[in-house]
Amino acid sequence: MTNGAESARAGTKLDVAGALKDAGLAALVAFGLFSLILGLRTEQSQISQQLALIPRPFLLAAAVAIVFAGRFAVALWFRRGVDIDPGALVPAGLAAKLDRLGHYAAPALLAFALATPFLFYSNRYILDLGILVLTYVMLGWGLNVVVGLAGLLDLGYVAFYAVGAYSYALIAQHFGLSFWICLPLAGIFAAFWGVLLGFPVLRLRGDYLAIVTLAFGEIIRLVIINWQSLTGGPNGISGIPRPSFFGIPFSDDEHGFAAAFGLEFTPTHRVVFLFYVILALALLTNFVTLRLRRLPIGRAWEALREDEIACRSLGINTTHTKLTAFAIGALIGGIAGSFFATRQGFISPESFVFMESALVLAIVVLGGMGSQLGVAIAALVMIGGFELFRGFEQFRMLVFGLVMVAIMVWRPRGLVAHRSPSVHLVERKIIPAAIVEEARR
Amino acid sequence: MSAPLLSIRGVKTFYGNIMALAGVDLEVREGEIVTLIGANGAGKSTLMMTICGTPPPREGQIIFDGRDITRLATHEIIRSRIAQAPEGRRIFPRMTVFENLQLGAAVTEFVHFDEDLERVFTMFPILAKRREQRGGTLSGGEQQMLSIGRALMSRPRLLLLDEPSLGLAPLLVQQIFGAIRNLNEREGLTIFLVEQNAHHALKLAHRGYVLVNGLITLQGTGRELLERPEVREAYLDGGRVPRD
Ligand SMILES: Nc1ncnc2c1ncn2[C@@H]1O[C@H](COP(=O)(O)OP(=O)(O)OP(=O)(O)O)[C@@H](O)[C@H]1O
Ligand SMILES: [Mg+2]
Repeated sequence: MTNGAESARAGTKLDVAGALKDAGLAALVAFGLFSLILGLRTEQSQISQQLALIPRPFLLAAAVAIVFAGRFAVALWFRRGVDIDPGALVPAGLAAKLDRLGHYAAPALLAFALATPFLFYSNRYILDLGILVLTYVMLGWGLNVVVGLAGLLDLGYVAFYAVGAYSYALIAQHFGLSFWICLPLAGIFAAFWGVLLGFPVLRLRGDYLAIVTLAFGEIIRLVIINWQSLTGGPNGISGIPRPSFFGIPFSDDEHGFAAAFGLEFTPTHRVVFLFYVILALALLTNFVTLRLRRLPIGRAWEALREDEIACRSLGINTTHTKLTAFAIGALIGGIAGSFFATRQGFISPESFVFMESALVLAIVVLGGMGSQLGVAIAALVMIGGFELFRGFEQFRMLVFGLVMVAIMVWRPRGLVAHRSPSVHLVERKIIPAAIVEEARR
Repeated sequence: MSAPLLSIRGVKTFYGNIMALAGVDLEVREGEIVTLIGANGAGKSTLMMTICGTPPPREGQIIFDGRDITRLATHEIIRSRIAQAPEGRRIFPRMTVFENLQLGAAVTEFVHFDEDLERVFTMFPILAKRREQRGGTLSGGEQQMLSIGRALMSRPRLLLLDEPSLGLAPLLVQQIFGAIRNLNEREGLTIFLVEQNAHHALKLAHRGYVLVNGLITLQGTGRELLERPEVREAYLDGGRVPRD
């Protein structure tokens, strides 16, 4: 430690030897890992129909060299002799700047979202991507209630997404109800399933809760696959009614949206409409969550996350608190699910696999549990990033993993770690001056 | 004499198959400070928690203010105006002092919130100064004050305090005990206090009980218990009376 303190005083004294040792070790590990994965390649010989091993020494050497150089640079950076606070590897100044940036980030993001359909009107791809990102923002905010606020680790969130999607599809098809009636119905249905899941897991916490919710997610998916008469099984449901502009369909005839507003027909109208629908739904989610956080129930969620026993000793009904968290989370997931169904026009069990739950959970965790802005940014980065790297098919997951590790190292509590108190007192005058005076002494 | 505010009769509490309370009988009358002393693992905290219903007793009866609360859920018991500052303080670390106090008032529906807040801030002025600070960043003593303050926010008729002096410097212990005495003398609050610091506790309390392995072995006024050789032997440093 004295060593570290001394070099800190010396400013940026570089510990080259230590970094070299570090890098060497990393290179050795890389060699071990890559020698079979990259160093050898199996190929079926055309003539003998046998597998032949083809060594690729240069590729292996290159990979090891990259690891060595990268590790050396990183080690050198961290061994500058600066005392590192393991909680926050980002220098304090930068963290403060990030937080200040957060102040402007929310309005800027909102303005950008509102303007997107105008900016990219002719770019269908961007609009579709925007809708996808916003769907995940909404899912993230929904799961944030359960995981971020109430502290209940839910690995089966996709179940409610699925219930919402299937409820919408079935209600709309069988009863011919419009999107705007089906939407809340599907949400309520999902909330009902949320409560149903909530009951058996009331006594569980942490890992156990995670396992049971994981199983619940799979059960819902398996039921959907096997209940062929209702859900169509693996074939899914197609021909789900598309949303209309408050009764006016987006079709290419005289009753359509374009004709009604005297515009030339283009399929983009519907996409733009869907974009604003999901944006409005997401904003509504955000608004409701923020309001709930200020109400006693929201405060109880957070208290539950912090300390369940203390909660009980304060007379908070923890059963109630947990069930409402599950219900609200499921409601939001269900509404997002029914939006998904109407947008796609087709749903099948394949859209509701565990990977989706993991992705939404990753968004919540990376965003900083409990932070609305963080979740929105994380959804944008993750879903947008996923698309960005679509070209590098095989490396996509690798980059995804690296980004996750990097964020967890640099911002261990998520992108926006700051938890803002749910009450700021404007009215400070209720503390008598004498008390404050006394406190100062 | 009127009926006691809290009466515990033959209460047995189990953790699985392990019996932590083996039939406890105890009474707390209105306006009293009653203290419970005992060695580590005697079951003191278990008794406090049993009164609040987590875990519920397997046998026996708990009567509060003439009502049988033995089988009620914890939140219902707290609603009948029993408050607890549990062992280890258990404040909410990521929430501010103010939010912690607000949660304490959850059962009162905030009808006299401002008034109660002022009362707590008058009692512990340091909390007023720290009101926007996160609970987890308070010092141990401040956390203890917050824990007691939070319990008081529900305007209890009976306050349960589990080792409020734990880990505090002598000066702070005096301050906390002074606050407890004030609550009792000025506001007539009934207090049931668990303490390791037997000397201070017995001097403060009107009456005391000694708990050994889940059973009450001794009871009497605070003075009486302080004089008992068994008590001095076991809890007061081998019979030497410490100076205050
Ligand atoms: N949750 C639990 N599960 C199982 N056993 C427990 C549990 N809590 C307490 N016990 C056991 O019950 C007995 C009484 O514990 P309790 O916490 O009531 O003691 P205590 O008198 O408060 O001790 P201390 O002075 O150390 O706080 C101990 O033997 C303890 O190991
Ligand atoms: Mg104890």
